[in-house]
Amino acid sequence: MTLMPPALRPHFSYSGLRHGARAALPAFPGFIMFALAFGTAAAQKGLSLGETLGLSGFVYAGASQMVGLEIWQQVWTPATILTIMTVTAVVNARMIMLGATLQPWLKHEPLPRTALNLFLLTEAGWLIGTRYHTEGGRDVGVLLGCALILWLVWLVATFAGFFAGALVPEPRRFGLDLVMPIFFGVMLVPLWKGFKPALPWLVAGLVSLIVHALVPGYLFIIAGALAGVVAGMLIE
Amino acid sequence: MNGFASFIASPWGSVLAIAGMTLVTFLCRIAGVVVMSRVRITPRIERGLRALPGSIILATILPVVIDNGWPAMIALAAAIIAMAVTRIDIVGLVAGLGTLAVIRAFG
Repeated sequence: MTLMPPALRPHFSYSGLRHGARAALPAFPGFIMFALAFGTAAAQKGLSLGETLGLSGFVYAGASQMVGLEIWQQVWTPATILTIMTVTAVVNARMIMLGATLQPWLKHEPLPRTALNLFLLTEAGWLIGTRYHTEGGRDVGVLLGCALILWLVWLVATFAGFFAGALVPEPRRFGLDLVMPIFFGVMLVPLWKGFKPALPWLVAGLVSLIVHALVPGYLFIIAGALAGVVAGMLIE
Repeated sequence: MNGFASFIASPWGSVLAIAGMTLVTFLCRIAGVVVMSRVRITPRIERGLRALPGSIILATILPVVIDNGWPAMIALAAAIIAMAVTRIDIVGLVAGLGTLAVIRAFG
């Protein structure tokens, strides 16, 4: 896309849905690998197909689904339910920041559509939507189209992993264990606007490294991102 | 055992666990939008927000890539260079994964 779209006003169109579904393609490998791995692990752990698809379809957040399997119970008590909810919230707290960046784009949208868009919010969909937005696009349909197709891919790959997980080749051989970080790195390129606007990113990266070395879990993402925001506010 | 505890101990407990996980995840998904719609956006806050997407990306990948050593770093560099040259995301992704696969095959 070389021409800037004429309207910088946020809007929604069905052609945007199709555009978004096509733009989601580069996120497919990561989604397929991760959901296959999740479906396989869930079957090995003894979850039913309904439980496995329920987790993928409703929770729809890979890292927390994997961690959830670690503490999954055959027989639940109020305490174990509270534990799995807390762990899920901690792992997924990083999504708060994804939503924060989307708010200006979504603020004139009807509430039910925003609820659906956010229910389907993932890092990969956010990355693709953020690139589109950075390049001047404002059609919310693109964000939703991307989100819908990724959700479908996630469900289908979970289903496949549940039944055929043993047939999946070793992901390391094709570098697929690092497909998500590499995809993230690729999507950093369109955000590049020169060295100075990227200074906060450097701060974010350094802080995340330090926190990652000191604190177990996923806190490093939030800590780094917040440090980047503070740096952005301080640098004139 | 009271009624609620025995209900949770039945197979309905899994449904409740999934519902609970879904609820807290959805709250995480909407919280950023809800909070930002109540914050008055000053120029300073706007500068901070502009830095957020790139900061999220770097904070997410840098520890993971460094944990995976120099093959991951070279693969990431290859992906970024291919993306910077072509601007086609799938090309960047394939360049990165291909580089990693080649390094591992010979490493």
